[in-house]
Amino acid sequence: MTQSAFLSFNSVSKRYQNQEILREFDLTINDGEFFTILGPSGCGKTTILRLIAGFEQPDHGCVVLDGQDIGNLPAEHRPTNTVFQSYALFPHMSIYDNIAFGLKMSGVDKAEIKQRVHEALSVVQLDGFENRKPHQLSGGQKQRVAIARAIINRPKVLLLDESLSALDYKLRQQMQNELKRIQRQLNITFVYVTHDQEEALTMSDRVLVINNGQAQQIGTPREIYESPVNLFVARFIGESNIFKAKITQCLDNYQYIAEIYGLQWKITADHKFAVDEHVNVILRPEDLRVMYSEDAPQEPGFVGKIIERNYTGKTLDSVIQLDNGHILGISEFFNEDDPDFDYNINQKVWVNWVHGWEHVIKADER
Amino acid sequence: MNISTFSSLINFRRVVITLTLSWLTLFVLLPHLMVLLTSILSPDSEHLVVWPITLDNYTRIFEPIYANIFWDSLLLSGTTTVICLLIGYPFAYFLSNMTPTLRVVLLFLMVVPFWTNSLIRIYAIKMIIGKKGIINSFLLTTNIIDTPLQILYTDFAVVIGLVYILLPFMVLPLMASFDKLDKNLIEVGRDLGASAVNRFIHIILPLTAPGIIAGSLMVFLPAMGMFYVADILGGAKTLLLGNVIKNQFLVVRDWPFGSAFSVFLIVLMAALLAIYHRANSYIQQKGGLDDENL
Amino acid sequence: MRIFKPLFIISVFLYLYLPMVVLITNSFNQSKYGYHWKAFSWKWYEKLWHNTGLMDAFVNSITIAVLTAFIATILGTLMALAIHRYKFRFKNVAGSMLFILMMSPDIVLAITFLIIFIALGIQLGFWSLLIAHITFCLPFVVITVYSQLKGFDENIIEAAQDLGASESKIFSVIIFPMILPAVLAGWLLSFTLSLDDVIISSFVSGPGFEILPIRVFSMVKVGVSPEVNALATILLVISLTAITVVSLLIKRKNSDI
Repeated sequence: MTQSAFLSFNSVSKRYQNQEILREFDLTINDGEFFTILGPSGCGKTTILRLIAGFEQPDHGCVVLDGQDIGNLPAEHRPTNTVFQSYALFPHMSIYDNIAFGLKMSGVDKAEIKQRVHEALSVVQLDGFENRKPHQLSGGQKQRVAIARAIINRPKVLLLDESLSALDYKLRQQMQNELKRIQRQLNITFVYVTHDQEEALTMSDRVLVINNGQAQQIGTPREIYESPVNLFVARFIGESNIFKAKITQCLDNYQYIAEIYGLQWKITADHKFAVDEHVNVILRPEDLRVMYSEDAPQEPGFVGKIIERNYTGKTLDSVIQLDNGHILGISEFFNEDDPDFDYNINQKVWVNWVHGWEHVIKADER
Repeated sequence: MNISTFSSLINFRRVVITLTLSWLTLFVLLPHLMVLLTSILSPDSEHLVVWPITLDNYTRIFEPIYANIFWDSLLLSGTTTVICLLIGYPFAYFLSNMTPTLRVVLLFLMVVPFWTNSLIRIYAIKMIIGKKGIINSFLLTTNIIDTPLQILYTDFAVVIGLVYILLPFMVLPLMASFDKLDKNLIEVGRDLGASAVNRFIHIILPLTAPGIIAGSLMVFLPAMGMFYVADILGGAKTLLLGNVIKNQFLVVRDWPFGSAFSVFLIVLMAALLAIYHRANSYIQQKGGLDDENL
Repeated sequence: MRIFKPLFIISVFLYLYLPMVVLITNSFNQSKYGYHWKAFSWKWYEKLWHNTGLMDAFVNSITIAVLTAFIATILGTLMALAIHRYKFRFKNVAGSMLFILMMSPDIVLAITFLIIFIALGIQLGFWSLLIAHITFCLPFVVITVYSQLKGFDENIIEAAQDLGASESKIFSVIIFPMILPAVLAGWLLSFTLSLDDVIISSFVSGPGFEILPIRVFSMVKVGVSPEVNALATILLVISLTAITVVSLLIKRKNSDI
């Protein structure tokens, strides 16, 4: 994979009527990567996609693709193609004609169209569906046709707008793998827009988390999940337990002693902090250790009781109310030795975590 | 559920269903069948219709004098339909892209003229296009012409009148069709590199075809029946099918012959409806009573 | 394109409204022939007042239109309800009949009505006109109400049934308030179609009960007197008033929901 800026936004601003969607927004996407824009609805992610596709023009700033400013190029002249959320297959055309549409518009000759439609169909594994009509296909098949139709023009960038959200869970997971395979096979840049964090983590090379038109964090799925830069990212990606803490002592190598709920904890951060500085200590539910109170080792730990337990199949998810009133969520994988393990409501428990599994961010960040 | 509400349910249901079926049978089904029957009976000056059954009424339609009227009628209606479509299509397109409030206002403005009876409106058109009418007096006083134009009492005048009366019936189904058009599909067209012309030909036109056909249906057939438009605006020669039918029923009192003409119209309607349904299923939309296009 | 669009829309409305403007202007024009403006005058309104034949026809037209609107709306609403809610034999026949009714050209409907009235021995006049007008308005009411019925959540009715509402209660408390805008729209449509009709009325009206288009049509040969302009203007004013009231009602109802 080449690591060069392929598609970039240079301080792009866009407003609709009186609402500012993007303000001096910058973005860099590399050639051949699977890039996901992740955010809650109304965060501006679809606008970014439409700016790349050419359905919208930026008010200010420029959109550069492969060294060319395409900001004012109309959609029909851009080397990008889109897979729409609603599939938007032409209902009056056969699958063949749907997929061939882009080639027909650019005046490719019939024989080549035929060959390339067959290629595209086999990429999405729908060989033999040429003569069907869109209404004869299932949701997943329509999705594949929409993808085939979008990749046939060999776009420089393929844009996918919440393309899997209409599918049911099983199919969605299957299509996630499928999309990754197609992306590897074609080696074109994919820009995927979604509000589903699981999808974003599973498929992407890099993820941009965005909120209110502001980029929050950009990085690999692992970075985003394990080292969220602020509370928004921490809360939006997965579940998080957030402990308010105060640094009481600075050790060396980014090691600190911090006070959390009256207890002193040794924590490791990737920032420099000063004594008395407030920080947030973030722990994922699966990173917390829980034991029955009576079995608790002689280590610092919080005491509380189980107030909710949910069996999910893979994990046992519990909600713990600490004696000081705070609520924690924990998630435990089943233990081979004790597959029937379960908690009773009101069971007294003891909670702590393995030093080094915590993630520390500044308190002044939201 | 207690006994009394149960019985009220049965009664309400039964009354409504009986009313529906009997009204429609008595005033729609039966009359249509009777037209069919009348068209194969023999005319009679005293009893209107008598046995025996005959197909003479149908063979008479093809006599040159009537065949000519039929042909002229088709031509006038066809012209009217095409003009309504040429005006109505862009009109409906523009309207469908407006804000809801503006749309409602404009649609409302389209209906307002209906509240003076359409006969009176046609008579007003006569005042406009007549020899001494507004158009001629304007052109004469501004010296653009020196002899008044003969617009009134021509086929052209009849077309003006027919378009005037029938334009809203073209616009409404077209609007419904444009409303149903998924705007995403047009974006997909752009995305895949289709120019404005190609988007129109390959996407917008085929997807609004049901609206075009429904609108044409609601203009073409009624146009043939508008006898009063031909009577008021047309020349002595301009006869629509409606004039013939009216003449046979109310003046000559040859009901079977008049009915035969009507059956012809009904057959034509059935044929056009069949085309409409094909077009509709072609682009995967439901037809029949569920269809907002109608 | 930017200029073309408003220009085009304005021209279409000019075409639709020019005849109306001519009618209204001439109703205040002292000149009898109405080709030139002479002076403002109320004289045609005065003459109209004393022209009993025309006034009778005018009152009859309004009477038929209002009665038609009310009866067709009630009947059509019930039919829409039956088709939407109940399963019954010949339901699709009923649907087809309504469809034919809507699609048939007026001239065909006119002779079907004439034939059935003669066959049933119904005197051509008030009743024949009323029945014919109600019938040709029906499908438009049915489709308006039906599409509204289809639009709302079936669960609401089931919830009401679940909570123990009877069929009549369901109708009066739940369904009717929800379809009221459509019912009012159906009323408006019926009123409009009835008032505008020429063709069907020409076939089913009798000498005993003359309505406006028939009266005016008989005048065309000898020359229509300018009282008709005055009458058309009054008709427009009355309709506009009625319709404004109805649409205000619709608006209020819509904002309720």
